Amino acid sequence: MRIALFATCIVDAMYPETAKSTVKILERLGHEVIFPKAQACCGQMHMNSGYMPEALPVVENHINAFDTDDYDVAVAPSGSCVASVKHQHPYLAERLGKPELKERAVAVGKRTYELSQLLVDVLGITDAAKQLGSYFPETITYHPSCHGMRSLQLGDRQLDLLKTVGGITVNELPEADQCCGFGGTFSIKNADVSSAMLEDKVKNICSTGASACSGGDASCLMHIGGGLSRTGAKPKTLHLADILASTMEETVKL
Amino acid sequence: MPAPGMGNLFEQEPFPQAAHRELGNTQMRKNLRHATHTIRDKRLRVVGELPDWEQLRDAGSAIKNSSMINLEERLLEFEKNFTARGGVVHWARDADEANKIVTDLIKETGSTEVVKVKSMATQEIGLNEHLETQGIEAFETDLAELIVQLGHDKPSHILVPAIHKNRTEVRDIFLKEMPVVDPDLTDEPARLAEAARKHLRKKFLAAKVAISGANFALADTGTLGVVESEGNGRMCLTLPETLITVMGIEKVLPKWEDIEVFMQLLPRSSTGERMNPYTSLWTGVSEDDGPQNVHIVLLDNGRSRVLADKFGRSALNCIRCSACMNVCPVYERTGGHAYGSTYPGPIGAILSPLMTGIEAEDNGSLPYASSLCGACYEACPVKINIPEILVHLRGDDVDANRGKRKIPTQMDLLMKGGSWALGKGKNIGLLEKALPLGRLAAGKSKKIKKLPGIAAGWTQSRDIPAPPNKSFRDWWSDEKESK
Repeated sequence: MRIALFATCIVDAMYPETAKSTVKILERLGHEVIFPKAQACCGQMHMNSGYMPEALPVVENHINAFDTDDYDVAVAPSGSCVASVKHQHPYLAERLGKPELKERAVAVGKRTYELSQLLVDVLGITDAAKQLGSYFPETITYHPSCHGMRSLQLGDRQLDLLKTVGGITVNELPEADQCCGFGGTFSIKNADVSSAMLEDKVKNICSTGASACSGGDASCLMHIGGGLSRTGAKPKTLHLADILASTMEETVKL
Repeated sequence: MPAPGMGNLFEQEPFPQAAHRELGNTQMRKNLRHATHTIRDKRLRVVGELPDWEQLRDAGSAIKNSSMINLEERLLEFEKNFTARGGVVHWARDADEANKIVTDLIKETGSTEVVKVKSMATQEIGLNEHLETQGIEAFETDLAELIVQLGHDKPSHILVPAIHKNRTEVRDIFLKEMPVVDPDLTDEPARLAEAARKHLRKKFLAAKVAISGANFALADTGTLGVVESEGNGRMCLTLPETLITVMGIEKVLPKWEDIEVFMQLLPRSSTGERMNPYTSLWTGVSEDDGPQNVHIVLLDNGRSRVLADKFGRSALNCIRCSACMNVCPVYERTGGHAYGSTYPGPIGAILSPLMTGIEAEDNGSLPYASSLCGACYEACPVKINIPEILVHLRGDDVDANRGKRKIPTQMDLLMKGGSWALGKGKNIGLLEKALPLGRLAAGKSKKIKKLPGIAAGWTQSRDIPAPPNKSFRDWWSDEKESK
């Protein structure tokens, strides 16, 4: 399959390793990965902050970059950005009275998958150690990000993949389904409430005794990691893609 | 545009400011955490028992939508049938009209005291406060409402108005405020209920007029319904001579059999019970039994305005179950008072600004009171997509402020800059060339611990990791494309 990588702006700029991991996993399975260079961002920050006309060029850019016949499916290592592409892009086009753009947005959304969705639903991965050679000899815990869990209904796809990684121990995270408090600009507009939510998430992660908290969204992991770092807590954060890409030969270091 | 809602629908200060204060109330946060987590677990348990829960939610949503599409017709049908059975229908455009209608009806009876069954609509229009100015005393008979009223407090939850108080605090309020009370009252639930019962029973037997809300009105039969737990509602609905119901116009359902769906959805979503203890239904006047003067005030107060917003109108589907606030991580930490309005939590954050208009007082700050985690939408028995409407209203808020400010805010500038930077692959690529500078700024610790301006909100509790030396985009060009 020819797979277009939607790296997402935060991974592109802050966590390039996670995008490289995504490429590695897919290439390991024998697929061809392309990176449409016109891509930038899904525009979620603008829309979730209420800046709709300002979001339009960002959303249009994404649709233009991905509304091509050059690939079979698109994939992003982020539940939140995929949810935005699928649900928010059509909304924005409708709000701003652009029916043609809406149609194209829906078409792009249909071909866009979150990483675990693609791996499990399309590529039939059920055993990461066997099928991907994944190996990561650490104790981790897992935070299911809200948009993946609720907007995309990912269920246990990410967790099940992690559990089948060679050498790994996955400890259950108490109150896992509770939001970490990030919410984009919510974290600065309502910084006090956001911090109170993060405090509980950090406490719960520390209670598991894991050396890392994994998840499928770099933005939530940056938020959680920022809280862990500030409180001097031991656990690190590591994206699902990085753990799946880790092998016996090239084991990712925490 | 139809008339905006008025009354107790307003946030009086920006939400972050109210939240900051409430977050400091550790007793309230403890009470609320305990209460919301208990209800959450109960709800999940009883919802899990139904194999067709998702289909029930779809049915609830579809029935409500069908009511809204022909709301005028449904209301006129209800009026015809309610009137035919001896009831009197009154129409109120807003809170002031509704308050006046109710006051006049009470004055006609010559009473200066009324008993009330818990009603969100009368909270919304500030009926008790209005009656007080008219020399009429209203007695709340729902236990939690009674606690709030005796404590000179405000409700903080639509189902459990005194959720922010624990048992000991309730006992203290009873001891201080009840005219006749056992001085040795303990905080055991049974003793507290006994004290309330003794206090209320006298009122029920003496009252000539009762005021109620309604959970639903059925258009095809002209029937009204109240769903409750304590039986105090039924006392109000049956003992007095005059019964005045105040109900939002969105509560009308097309058919009698629609109750089937809502009686499965509502108790499970609200108290986490399969069935609530008391459901009272009445259709106009029954000869020689119950109230002989039966009135209903159909209240708009901004609802037509909500109906006119195609992205927001599903907010009118709300059946006031409170599941959204019980699962909301923001509500759990700030409590209901932080939202200002009668309607707190996620539903309040959309309903209040939709009813009043986004520019009213500080209601524009309410749609931001959410991390958009979506727990509310998942729990909503009538599938109101609250996160989507929150985002929609943020758009309305930003649009409303456009051009009003002489100097753009930091957020305005950030978004404007972001629109350029993230609007093209080559623009973000250009900016990413500066990543090594960020890495340099992070220094040896590889952490950024303090940022200026609005970004300080982030660094108040979180570090930012040092950026990489090279973006993925550049790595791809260097490694993949050059080979």
